[in-house]
Amino acid sequence: MTGQFIRLAARDGVEIRFTIDGAPATARAGDTVLTAVLLNRPSVGASEFTPHDRAGFCLMGACQACWIYDAEGARRRGCMTLIEPGMALFTKWVPSHG
Amino acid sequence: MAEPIVVVGAGPAGVRAAATLAKAGRSVVLIDENLRVGGQIYRQPPPGAERAPEALYGFEAAKAVAVHRALDGLAVDYRPETLVWNARERVLDLSGPRGRERLAFDRLILATGATDRSIPFPGWTLPGVYSLGGSQIALKAQGCAIGRRVVFAGTGPLLPLVAYQYAKAGATVAAVLDTSPFAAKLKAAPGLLALPKTFAKGLYYLAQLKRHGIRVIDGVERFAVEGGSVIEAIRWERPGESGRIACDAVGAGFGLRSETQLADLLGCGFAFDDLTRQWLPTKDAEGRASERHIYLAGDGAGIAGADAAELAGERVAWTLLGDTGGAVDAARVATLDAGLARIARFRRAIEAAYPFPTALHDGLADEQIVCRCEGVTVGTLKYQVERREASEMNRLKAFSRLGMGRCQGRMCASAGAELLAHWRGAAPDAVGRLRGQAPVKPVPVADPVEVA
Repeated sequence: MTGQFIRLAARDGVEIRFTIDGAPATARAGDTVLTAVLLNRPSVGASEFTPHDRAGFCLMGACQACWIYDAEGARRRGCMTLIEPGMALFTKWVPSHG
Repeated sequence: MAEPIVVVGAGPAGVRAAATLAKAGRSVVLIDENLRVGGQIYRQPPPGAERAPEALYGFEAAKAVAVHRALDGLAVDYRPETLVWNARERVLDLSGPRGRERLAFDRLILATGATDRSIPFPGWTLPGVYSLGGSQIALKAQGCAIGRRVVFAGTGPLLPLVAYQYAKAGATVAAVLDTSPFAAKLKAAPGLLALPKTFAKGLYYLAQLKRHGIRVIDGVERFAVEGGSVIEAIRWERPGESGRIACDAVGAGFGLRSETQLADLLGCGFAFDDLTRQWLPTKDAEGRASERHIYLAGDGAGIAGADAAELAGERVAWTLLGDTGGAVDAARVATLDAGLARIARFRRAIEAAYPFPTALHDGLADEQIVCRCEGVTVGTLKYQVERREASEMNRLKAFSRLGMGRCQGRMCASAGAELLAHWRGAAPDAVGRLRGQAPVKPVPVADPVEVA
């Protein structure tokens, strides 16, 4: 799966390992959750009212189109949350979220 | 006074306001939703993603760094990653790293900034379509491009700037589609000379696009993004000409809109600004809102850009100091006012060079989604206007759910008002504006209970 974003500026920071829907992925320190996901995938989740997925829109915390579930099932704004080692992100709600 | 002065927003306006007050010995709390000071235009990358200021801010590097360092050594109670989600009288409700809390204030400076102003177009809800400001944030704060082959579309001074920044960073920019006609820019040129350096920078960006072989198409009257799970192309039309450009990402924006929700919740008076076609909190020449303990500065009180925001932020701090018995540097205030007046003349020319393309709303098909959060279409809105006689924005919201979603109308209210005015044959100010509602942005219900 190709990502929507591409990295233009090389990043020296440490590699960060995380998962998207259980699949391993990598990012760099300083990436937002949205960047981390979109460097690996074309979207962050399904749109509720269109047949297409969402991949964020405003990137400044206003449009709420980059929400993604964390391990506890809480919805996080991908553009306002920094990626952390071991983060388990989910593009949809899963039963383990309780 | 026991209660502090609170400044909301740590962009150029809020930072300059807070610094001026702190230097005068006042107790200041500076609240901001972002991780670091700078606002959007001087946004700082998160730790780990830093780059040289010249690479991030170009000609504006020195100004950006000065804003970032303006609070150094000053006793400002700076609270990043904190959202002000409600405000009334002299109390703010906050949600941040410390959970939820309530903060009482004596005086408040709102420097809440702006977001892109959107106009819906076919395909704008596809993944890979971003706002223009968002496209810039991807590059500036993350060192990323929104796609491998990008088209920028819309209007406003940000359009050539972001396209230039992408090209300079090594991204592939397939084209720039500008809705403003070349004739409008030519006509505005004398007014733009009010700020010759800024005008020259604008010409430089356009020349650089040409040097990179990027086609800039002026006077575009319609465009549509094609694709499904990914974007494939953008189609465009202007009189006598049309085309299709392959791309996998689109950055689109139509100027900016002020973030005015807190001023609204605090009961400040609003007036319709004909120049930028939006409702703004009213302020006097010295930056006071109609509620006399509230002050307004920066793009949140009317779009004027980062330079004006710095001047206005410092200006309202002096106003506040004067209002509360402090000493005022009259010479400094005169300099600030002269600078603001110069920028105001320039802004009028900018709005003329990049007129808001309201005609883009008129030809939208019934199935076009206007409200991204709730999937409200043009057809649904039209039905509510024609059959149920929704004549005013809050009625239209109640009937259709436009503006009721998570973004609370930030992405769609402008388009909704333009459509409503168009269908009713009314002036845009005649259809009113959406009332502010708390929380002004979604807050987690599971936030820890109030700590103060």
